[in-house]
Amino acid sequence: MGYTIAEKILMAHSGQKSIKPGEFIQADVDVALANDITAPLAIAEFKKSGFAQVFNKNKIVLVPDHFAPAKDLKSANQCKILANFAKEQKIKNYFEIGQMGIEHALLPEAGIVLPGDLIVGADSHTCTYGALGAYATGMGSTDLARAYIDGKCWLKVPGSLKFVFKGKLNKWVGGKDLILYTIGQIGVDGALYKVMEFCGPVIRKLGMDDRFSMCNMAIEAGARAGLIEPDAITKKFVAKFKRKPKFYTSDPDAVYEKTFEWDVSGLEPLVACPHLPSNVKPVGSLKDIKVDQVVIGSCTNGRISDLRIAASLLKGRKAAPGIKLIVFPATQKIYLQAVKEGLAEIFVKAGGVFSTPTCGPCLGGHMGILTEGEVAIATTNRNFLGRMGSPKSFVYLSNPAVAAASAITGKITHPGKI
Amino acid sequence: MIIKGKVHKFSDDINTDDIIAAKYLVSTDPQELGKHCMETISPDFSQAVSPGDIIVAGRNFGCGSSREHAPVAIKGCGISAVIARSFAAIFFRNAINIGLPFLESADVEQINDGDIIEIDLSSGIIKNLTQEKNYKTQAFPEFLQKIVESGGLINWVKKSRKL
Repeated sequence: MGYTIAEKILMAHSGQKSIKPGEFIQADVDVALANDITAPLAIAEFKKSGFAQVFNKNKIVLVPDHFAPAKDLKSANQCKILANFAKEQKIKNYFEIGQMGIEHALLPEAGIVLPGDLIVGADSHTCTYGALGAYATGMGSTDLARAYIDGKCWLKVPGSLKFVFKGKLNKWVGGKDLILYTIGQIGVDGALYKVMEFCGPVIRKLGMDDRFSMCNMAIEAGARAGLIEPDAITKKFVAKFKRKPKFYTSDPDAVYEKTFEWDVSGLEPLVACPHLPSNVKPVGSLKDIKVDQVVIGSCTNGRISDLRIAASLLKGRKAAPGIKLIVFPATQKIYLQAVKEGLAEIFVKAGGVFSTPTCGPCLGGHMGILTEGEVAIATTNRNFLGRMGSPKSFVYLSNPAVAAASAITGKITHPGKI
Repeated sequence: MIIKGKVHKFSDDINTDDIIAAKYLVSTDPQELGKHCMETISPDFSQAVSPGDIIVAGRNFGCGSSREHAPVAIKGCGISAVIARSFAAIFFRNAINIGLPFLESADVEQINDGDIIEIDLSSGIIKNLTQEKNYKTQAFPEFLQKIVESGGLINWVKKSRKL
């Protein structure tokens, strides 16, 4: 019997010669990540445990990105806990705001996470790194505290679901639409406790940025991880990093609980309507949905290719009167690249703001809270009730092209109409 | 361990933003978080809870973020246990790790808001005292029971390192 990529990575990290779904394992982690919301709890638990030193200072990553730059005094205190702990434990992978980025864009960009790794993060979107062919999964703060102690985590080996995408993508359709389509088909608990493995000719043609967008939202279907088998595109992306990756592939006789095969040739850009990521509709079917705010960025769609797509539509155009357009690149490096390429100028001339990297707007933290009755279209990952502010506000999720087109017209718009 | 309390009933897909909104994540204090538990969908929830009460919900309870503040807020407002048709994976492990008692039950639809129920965690039996009915659930796998019996993950790690 063969194994999936996920099972092979888990075997390699638990020293087991065989593995089966449902089994509990203790696995060694390569990277243990936490942010300014989850790290303070993890650090408190670690300190309470009575251990003085973390298991390996080089495997711990601390990124203050959610409420940073500190939005208020309490957030400043939380960020300070991370800075102090990093100093105390000599953790080099602590990122102060000038080096900072949204964790799930920053870690792959910096080569901290690589193919074949087992990555645990006290952030649900840790699954993003599955795009590299790594096993990356979200956990809680206590799990992180445990990893700080002995470098291990407990896992119940998940079963795998296979998603095969065939056909040729239409213009303006990308990784975000593929994952929204998937969640629309299987629902927000359609992959509960499972690994989602994305494959097929359409995936092979996707660039890394689109692959990250897809794996990022595996959690929105309840999955423990979303994985893509590494190929030439993955290998090129990681070639420059010092640490050596391990490339795993799924065996031809690997066992999947279910295989979904979809021809996505006719797919239109999709929009997830309030208040669930599974409430997905083709953009063309949404008539006269006026928006107040357009948010382009986040760990889902704040990478350079996302900004290029948005800028290609906004170039020489203006956001409709009264529209609040917020563009936030996911890392400082992406920010600088966008400045160099003239994208930042396009966004500002279009009447938008071009913000520092932060998770702020996505989770209703800061930098773009919605008030009662307001409607946003966002390239983020969740549209739960009250997610971006008032429980009486509304969030629609889309790709960057749909968001940019909607900024121009002031209502949810197919980018082909611009 | 026997837990008895009044039921607060919730629907499917109760997410972590419902349980504790992001604006309150500037604190890690259980009492402070507890005051705002379920505020988005049920503004008066924390006042309506008497210590020991039980949440009963549908599928996919706790979906969304990894914030451990969610089970902490539930405990912090006085809830003693959660029963759901199914739990989102991260919430599930967070609840185990911090020692918030919970059970998965296929019979949640039969339990009504306001019912008084009694849960025996070791046998997995739920007694509905209001309706005079019993429901049987699956007990936790052995490994998870050990974490719970140790009083949470960190204590389990400390214990297993001493062996």
